[in-house]
Amino acid sequence: MDIIVKSLSHRYGSIDVLSDISLHIPSGQVVCLVGPSGCGKSTLLRFIGGLECPTRGDVMQVGEPPQGSLNPLTYVFQDFALLPWRTVRGNISLVLEDHGIRGAAAREIIGETLARTKLSDFARALPKQLSGGMKQRVAIARALAVRPAVMLLDEPLSALDAQTRELLMDDLVSLWTRQPFTAVYVTHNLAEAVRLGHKVVVLSRRPGRLREIVEIDTPIENRTAGDPELDKVQKQLWDLMRDEARAADEELLHV
Amino acid sequence: MSEVARQVPAQRAVEYRGGGFAPSPHRWVGFMVFSVVVILAEWGTRAGWISPLTLPKPSDVLVTFQDLYTTGLLFQHLGPSLSRLFVGALIGVSVGVTLGVLIGLFSYVRSGMVPVVAAIFPIPKIALLPLFVIWFGIGEGSKYALIAFGTFTPTVVATYGAVDNVDRTLIRMGQSFGLSWLSIVRKIILPGAMPGILSGLRISLAIAIILLVAAEMLGAEYGIGAYILEAGSLYDLERLFAGVVILSLLGVIISAAIGLVESRLLSWRA
Repeated sequence: MDIIVKSLSHRYGSIDVLSDISLHIPSGQVVCLVGPSGCGKSTLLRFIGGLECPTRGDVMQVGEPPQGSLNPLTYVFQDFALLPWRTVRGNISLVLEDHGIRGAAAREIIGETLARTKLSDFARALPKQLSGGMKQRVAIARALAVRPAVMLLDEPLSALDAQTRELLMDDLVSLWTRQPFTAVYVTHNLAEAVRLGHKVVVLSRRPGRLREIVEIDTPIENRTAGDPELDKVQKQLWDLMRDEARAADEELLHV
Repeated sequence: MSEVARQVPAQRAVEYRGGGFAPSPHRWVGFMVFSVVVILAEWGTRAGWISPLTLPKPSDVLVTFQDLYTTGLLFQHLGPSLSRLFVGALIGVSVGVTLGVLIGLFSYVRSGMVPVVAAIFPIPKIALLPLFVIWFGIGEGSKYALIAFGTFTPTVVATYGAVDNVDRTLIRMGQSFGLSWLSIVRKIILPGAMPGILSGLRISLAIAIILLVAAEMLGAEYGIGAYILEAGSLYDLERLFAGVVILSLLGVIISAAIGLVESRLLSWRA
């Protein structure tokens, strides 16, 4: 299943947030959205998943989601969004219950996704007992449990410290190489974008417009830290963004 | 190198200036304060520097309490009071929680009911007792109504505040996974509002005990409130104090019970 964003624009009150964005997210690829803070990249992600409605333009899904996909468009949030009163197992079970999956069927799916994210030993733990990295692993496991057609990741590593970020990035890479998935990955971290993205979409500062789409040909599994090719792409992205990032930083907030 | 530069500089420990502002519980201190007050009262009334008109002897209060227990009068008074407290608070709290959740969920209910609740919150419910007697009769009905009405308003306010404070990102998460409206309310909003609802319950139940005495002002033969009021009008300080001690104990027990429920239900809190 592909996603196509068709000339989408959005304004909050009198402020233009996004302006004329058109985008194609092909199946099996990871598309990274980068841009200076406040450029509307997270807002765009909320449109793609149907959590918000754009002022103009459409988000279309092309083709049917694969058989057995319970929740085709599935988010992973920056702040994890785990229910603190449910255990790891309960948090995953939450998103299955509404699809009528309980008992043995639920146990099987939960066991499988926990194994995939190496969380099997933590099934009974409460979120308050887990570190940030573990919480995000649980959120990723929860997202995998509903067999999404497209994963929508909203700065999934931004709330974590640098070392945990590195570990989780490795996990995401190995999850993708074992079983490629379609994803839109919003980040402000260019290193993450060049590590995981097939395409990196650069947005301008508010109102967010499409600045450039950079394709990275190196297969994800072959990308390593310090790869000169990737460093070049990262530098190219930073050159595109630097002036705007500074301007965005110096802007007054309209709140 | 000069003489001064080679001198070893004086060392001293860095002055500690952190800590504090973190009260921790010391159970025995409460008992100590309590015992000191009682011992002072006993001493004063025995020695005569507290006149028996101002304060009864604590030991006499204890004797009165024992009489109450041995004659069986204690339970004759406690029984009706507890049932009034239970029925009244149950009605008030359950209606209050229901309305509070509805206010938290629906714009029209909020716009319609919040001003109404604000209007009835400051009414001293005791003032309405005669009205309730006309509406619900001099029997148990008016007593239930008074306690229910008094617990209702603080429960509503605490509940809709708690619902408002449920983390919106959790609700968005529920929507993003395609959970039904009912599932979001049942599995995300209600458990998320539970801490606020329980702390509201603490206040409502304390108010219920206060109103118990008021409710038993009219048409009650038995009940802790009736007992206290009778003792008061006869200026029987020993019995008055025995009754007051019972109410205090009731408050402590209810508060401890809520604490127990909290630690059971809210163990997930960090």
